[in-house]
Parts: sequence; C-alpha cells; structure tokens
Amino acid sequence: MNPVHLSGSAYWLPVVATGVVGLAVAMYVILDGFDLGIGILFPFYPREADRDQVMNSVAPFWDGNETWLVLGGVWLLVAFPLAYSILTPALYVPIIAMLLALVFRGVAFEFRWVAKPHHRKWDIAFAAGSTVAAFAQGAMVGGILNGFRIEAGQFAGGPLDWLTPFSLMCGVGLIVGYALLGACWLVMKTSGDVEKSARRYARPLLLALLAFIVLISIWTPLRFERVAARWFSWPNMLYLSPVPLITAALAIACWRGLGERRPTIAFYSAVGLFIISFIGLAISTLPYLAPPSVTLWDAAASPQSQTFMLVGTTVLVPFVLGYTVFVYYTFRGKVHPGEGYH
Amino acid sequence: MDPQALLLSRIQFGFTISAHIIFPAFSIGSSAFVATLLVLWRRTGRDHYLRIARFWTKIFAVSFAMGVVSGIPLSYELGTNWSRYSLATGNVVGPLIGYEVLTAFFLESTFLGVMLFGWTRVPPWLHVTSAILVAIGTMISAFWILSANSWMQTPAGHIVQNGLAIPVDWFHVVFNPSFPYRFTHMLTAAYLTTSVVVLAAGARYLLEGKFQDEARTMLRMGVGMVAILGPAQLFFGDQHGLNTLEYQPAKVAAMEGHWENNGPAALVLFGIPDDDRELNQAEIAIPRLGSVILRHDPNGRYAGLKDFPKADRPPVLPVFFAFRIMVGIGVLLILLGLTGAFLWSRGKLFTTRWYLQAATYSWPIGFVAILAGWVTTEVGRQPYVAYGILRTEHALSPVGAGTVATSLTAFVLVYTVVFSIGIYYIRRLVLGGPKPAVVSPGALPQGLPNRPLSLGAQSHESASGQAPT
Repeated sequence: MNPVHLSGSAYWLPVVATGVVGLAVAMYVILDGFDLGIGILFPFYPREADRDQVMNSVAPFWDGNETWLVLGGVWLLVAFPLAYSILTPALYVPIIAMLLALVFRGVAFEFRWVAKPHHRKWDIAFAAGSTVAAFAQGAMVGGILNGFRIEAGQFAGGPLDWLTPFSLMCGVGLIVGYALLGACWLVMKTSGDVEKSARRYARPLLLALLAFIVLISIWTPLRFERVAARWFSWPNMLYLSPVPLITAALAIACWRGLGERRPTIAFYSAVGLFIISFIGLAISTLPYLAPPSVTLWDAAASPQSQTFMLVGTTVLVPFVLGYTVFVYYTFRGKVHPGEGYH
Repeated sequence: MDPQALLLSRIQFGFTISAHIIFPAFSIGSSAFVATLLVLWRRTGRDHYLRIARFWTKIFAVSFAMGVVSGIPLSYELGTNWSRYSLATGNVVGPLIGYEVLTAFFLESTFLGVMLFGWTRVPPWLHVTSAILVAIGTMISAFWILSANSWMQTPAGHIVQNGLAIPVDWFHVVFNPSFPYRFTHMLTAAYLTTSVVVLAAGARYLLEGKFQDEARTMLRMGVGMVAILGPAQLFFGDQHGLNTLEYQPAKVAAMEGHWENNGPAALVLFGIPDDDRELNQAEIAIPRLGSVILRHDPNGRYAGLKDFPKADRPPVLPVFFAFRIMVGIGVLLILLGLTGAFLWSRGKLFTTRWYLQAATYSWPIGFVAILAGWVTTEVGRQPYVAYGILRTEHALSPVGAGTVATSLTAFVLVYTVVFSIGIYYIRRLVLGGPKPAVVSPGALPQGLPNRPLSLGAQSHESASGQAPT
C-alpha cells in the first residue's frame, strides 16, 4: 500500500501508533537496560556482599521495568497485528531464548535471598540470564534491520534466517551497551567498592559502545541500500546531521560525568546515547515495520482498535509514569554496603 | 499447515499456560490476604497480624516472581506459535491485553516494590495502601485476561471481514456473554485455593504446637473463607454451566458425556467416553438427573454430541474427566469448609486432630481443581480457538515441527527445574513459619543508612569503610 494514496486518519493513525509503540520500546530499553546491565556486570563482582548491594540497587524496580517489554510486544500486536504476526515467527529462536533467559534472571531476584547461603546457582542464573536476554534482543534488532522473506503476508523463511554476522554483532553491541547503562547506574546508586569498580568499568564500556555505534553506522548503509538512500541523499544529509553530532556530545558528557564525579549526568548521557541510537535505527528502517516490504500502513490494525489503544494510552500512561516516578523517588539515594531491603 | 508443529505448539502453549496459572491464582489470593491482614493490624494494633502479613508477603513475593516470568512468554507465544491467530483476532483481543498491561501490570509491579521493600521507607498508611493496590492490580489483571479469554469462547461485539475479526462495539466485546460468569468463577477459585493453603498451613502449625497465635488466626480465616466460598463456588459454577449450555452446547455435551439427544438426560457419574464408537464404556448414570441439573426440569432435553458433526466436536475424554476432577475437588472443599465451620461453632476447631491432619494435606487440591477447570473449558471449546471464527489448526504460525520441538523441550526443562525449586523454597518458607517482626513499619529510628534524609551527612568514604554485615 502506498501511503501517498492515504489521507486523513488512515495516514495519521498508524503514524501516531508507531510513535506509541516506539515509545514503549524506548521506555523498555531505558528502564530494563540498566537492569539487565547490572546482571551482565555481576561476574565482575565476585564478593557476596558486593553482589547483594548490586542486586538491591534494582530490586524494587525490576518488575516494573520488565513490564514495558510486555507492553512493547502487546502494543505491536494491538496496533500492527500483521507486523506482529510476521516478526514473531521470524524471530522465534531469539524470542524464546530471551524469554527463558528472563525466567532465570527474574526468579533470581527472590530465589537468591531465599536460597542463602546456597545461592551460587542463582548468581549464575542472574548473570547468564541477563546476558543472554541482552544478546537475544540485540540479535532481534539486527534481524529486523536485515529483513525477512515475506510471502502473502506471512513469514516464509527458515528458523535461523535472523542469524547473520550483522545480527550477532548487534547482539554483542547491546550487551556492551546495557553493561554501560548498568555501570553508570551502579556509579549513581551504590557506594563503596561497588561504586569504585563500576566507575572503573564504565569508561572502557563507553568506548566499546561508541565503537559499536560507529561500526553499525558504517555497516548498515553499506549493506542496505535503503539505509544509504535515507541518510546520504540530499537534503536528508543536512536534516539528519544533528544525529551524529548529538551522539558525540552525549558521549563526551558521559565521559566527563564519570570523571567529574557527577554520576547523574553520566547515567542520563548513557540513556541519551540509547535514545539517539534508537532514533537512528528508526530513521534507517521506517516506514518499514517488517522490512523489506511491510510498512506501518500495511500492517495497521483497524482504526477502531488503534483508536481504542490511543485513548487508553493518553488516559493511562500518565498515571503509569506518575507512579513509576513515585517508586523511583521512594527508593532514591544510594544503597550502602551491607544494607538490604530483605 | 504442519500437523506435527500444530500438535507440538498446542502442547507447548498448554504446558506454559498451565504452569503459569498456578502462580497468578495464588498471587490474587495471597495479595488480598496480606492486604487484609495489614488493614486488620492497622485497625487493631495487634502485632500477630503484622507477623502473619510479613510471613505471607515473603511467600507471595516468591510466587509473584514466578508468575511474572512465566507470564511474559505467553504474550509472545501468541505471535511465535500462533501468528495467524494474532492476525485474525488481534484487532479485538490485542487491546484487551493492552489494557491489562496498562491498568493492571504496571500497578501491581510498581507498588509491589513499595510493598516488598518499603516497610521502612514510606509511612505505614502508604505501605498498606500499596499492598491494597497490588491486590486490586491482580484483580484488574484477571478482569482483562478473562475478558479476552471469554471473548474467544463467546465472541460478541465484532464483525468478520476477510477472515479478520474487527471490533464494532467495545462494550459488547469486553462484557461478552460468558465473561461475567467466567470472571466470577475464576476469581472465586483463586481466593478459595489460597484460603485452603492458609488453612492447611495454620493446621500444620497447630498440630506441631508452633506459632499458636498466628496459627489460630490463619485457621479461622481459612475456614471462614472456605466455608463461604466453597458453597458460593458451587452456585457460580452452576450458573457458568448454564451459560455454557446456551453458547457452547458441544462443550457441555462433552463435559457430561452426553451423546444422544433422545429424551430426558441421565447424569453420567462415571464412564470412559469413546469418540470412535460414540458412546461411554462402563457407564454408571442416574436417569433424569442431567436434565434436572442443566434444565432444572426432569423432562428437559439438551443437545447431545451426535447433534454436532464429528469435525465440530471437542475430544470428549479429557473434557469429561477434567470436569469430574474439578467438581469432585469442589465437593471436597465444601466439606472441608463446612466441617471446619461446624467444629468452630462447637469450640473444637483447634483441638480436633483428625480434621487438622486432613487439612494439612489439602493445600494442593485447589490448584488441581483450577487446572482441571481450565482443561475443561479450553479443550471443550475445540476445535475452535476463537469460537465459530477460527479453528485451532488455522491459527498456527509458519514454524517447523523441529523448531517447536526444540523450544518445547527447553520450556519443559527450564520450567521443571526452576519452578520445582521455587515451590520447594515456598514449602521451606511455610515450614519455617512466621518470624518475630524485627522492625515494625514506620517505627524505625532516624539515622539508619537507608533513611534517605540521613544520606547527605554520610560521605562515600565512610560508607565504603563499613564492614559488610
């Protein structure tokens, strides 16, 4: 379907719905990113007391954070059933791997305390689960950019079509990125040795993440013509030039925030890096939701469904954000060594 | 369509959703129980309410975590394994699940943080409010997901265009014909099942002579709930059955093992339904009682399985037996509640050892009844996944049998290991019993490190110098 032929709500409703789905995914990446990141960094904190502190820094939040993942998936189903029905079978393997990994890391939050002193297996479950979940999510992004074989409105490829060197690179890149978010979170929310180590880990992770961002920025236009056309045609180049500039500015702010002991700036700059990368990916791939052929207009749900969803979003999301802020405010400040909520 | 992939996908969804439902059923009940205890504690000031509340909060937390991690896969399996279902019904079912996430999941998961970790961080009234909000959140969650499920059983408020269900009237979609019955039946089941667990734990402590104050309160609350909810559930179930007879007659025929519609229907107490020969082997039946129950008339008639083409009938055997297991356990629970209430009225509840002993073994049977009930209703609506709109065999994703076999194996392995250990931990917590309350909420002295106000004065260096405890 060519969007040129669409007018009024038939054009705008799917565009707004795309924004809403994008918002949910972005919220997930921001909130669960550091949450998975501390799991990825878990092996680098061998002492039990340090691990307790690391885990306590996110214990009150993890469940709310993960709920954004459900919202992202469900909103894709609500607003774009066709995209959902193509992408989820195409990404069968990484999705199931992520779900099982999240089982291990999720239960670890409670099991680890109940199991003490025999909690080692849940330390491993937490670290491995977080890492595998992050990798799978990155590989999914790579797989979606790659596109899938779609015939008659259905995924028509094999179970490992998502698996390419590019998607593997995206998987590793996301592990590094989440680890950076986790390190910045720990610098901000913990104290003592945990904070010191996190500060040590953060800068190399920042450099590694930048390397991945550069790599993806070079790789995608070389590999995908539509991406090259989007970024390197005139006047797009002019309009899009702020994206790399903002990326550089955020990286510098993060670096300096870590050095100048301004952990809040470091953390929010790292979050900013994720948001700008996410916007960059959206610029590269839109209007395709299931590249290379299904656009957001093709995939749109009935206007009744999208409207019902947008009404709910407008009314309810402010409440959700409100009490999310309330909980983060309630558990503000640093977690100290030896201190637990349990 | 690959028949093997279909079968494996059905097994996988049945397995993952069965494993899941145990935990939310318990979370719905135990969150309401904890909230009730906290309210009682605030109103009476009696500390044993607080001790019981803290004890069940811990158990609730472990169960809730398992509910969360086993629930997320379901929302994605709708796509990975049932993408054609998502496409055909997503316009209607999607928003219902979306509203569940927005109105319930965020509410419960966010205030859960305050409920579990906020004992010393927020004033007591706010902590109690958080516990109440979590309990309400679990209820709202049940509202939406049962609305979605009921719509799949008794679709309404939609039209079908090009094979896709399109909503036209959201009120009728949400409040579709079977929804009020299913919602009431399931919510009651959750509270009933949890009450039995509380009753069993109280009985065990009394027999062991431990935690007497707490045990008596648990036992009284448990017996009271079961004595009221058990008989109520019988009534709700009967009403639900009549509703099913109206909208899904083939399901009721399978539940009853009712093949021929040739006169007043007998009530089949036992039998082995045989789909090929279209009869029950080894049948024991009471004449006319089926008509009395389903038509409230000894001469009433209702559709038999042979009234439906073979291709439109559910498999009879699992529906028939699952239904009998559910009803049988329901009768046992009514006996458990009424006997307890009788002993209580005679002042013998805490001393009748045979009753307490029987009660300690009763904790799992509510869960078995819930699973059996779901098997009855889900297998009973076959061969449809969305009744009259989409057959299960047309709902499958384009995935291969090998892929699904692999994921099914992984799910079975991971769930068996993780959830067995989780249930073992819960058992250990229950056996350990309530601990004396170390701190009471809001009563902490100022200056503890996790009081936010005291943070400013403390430098990082002095904090890092503290020995971990």
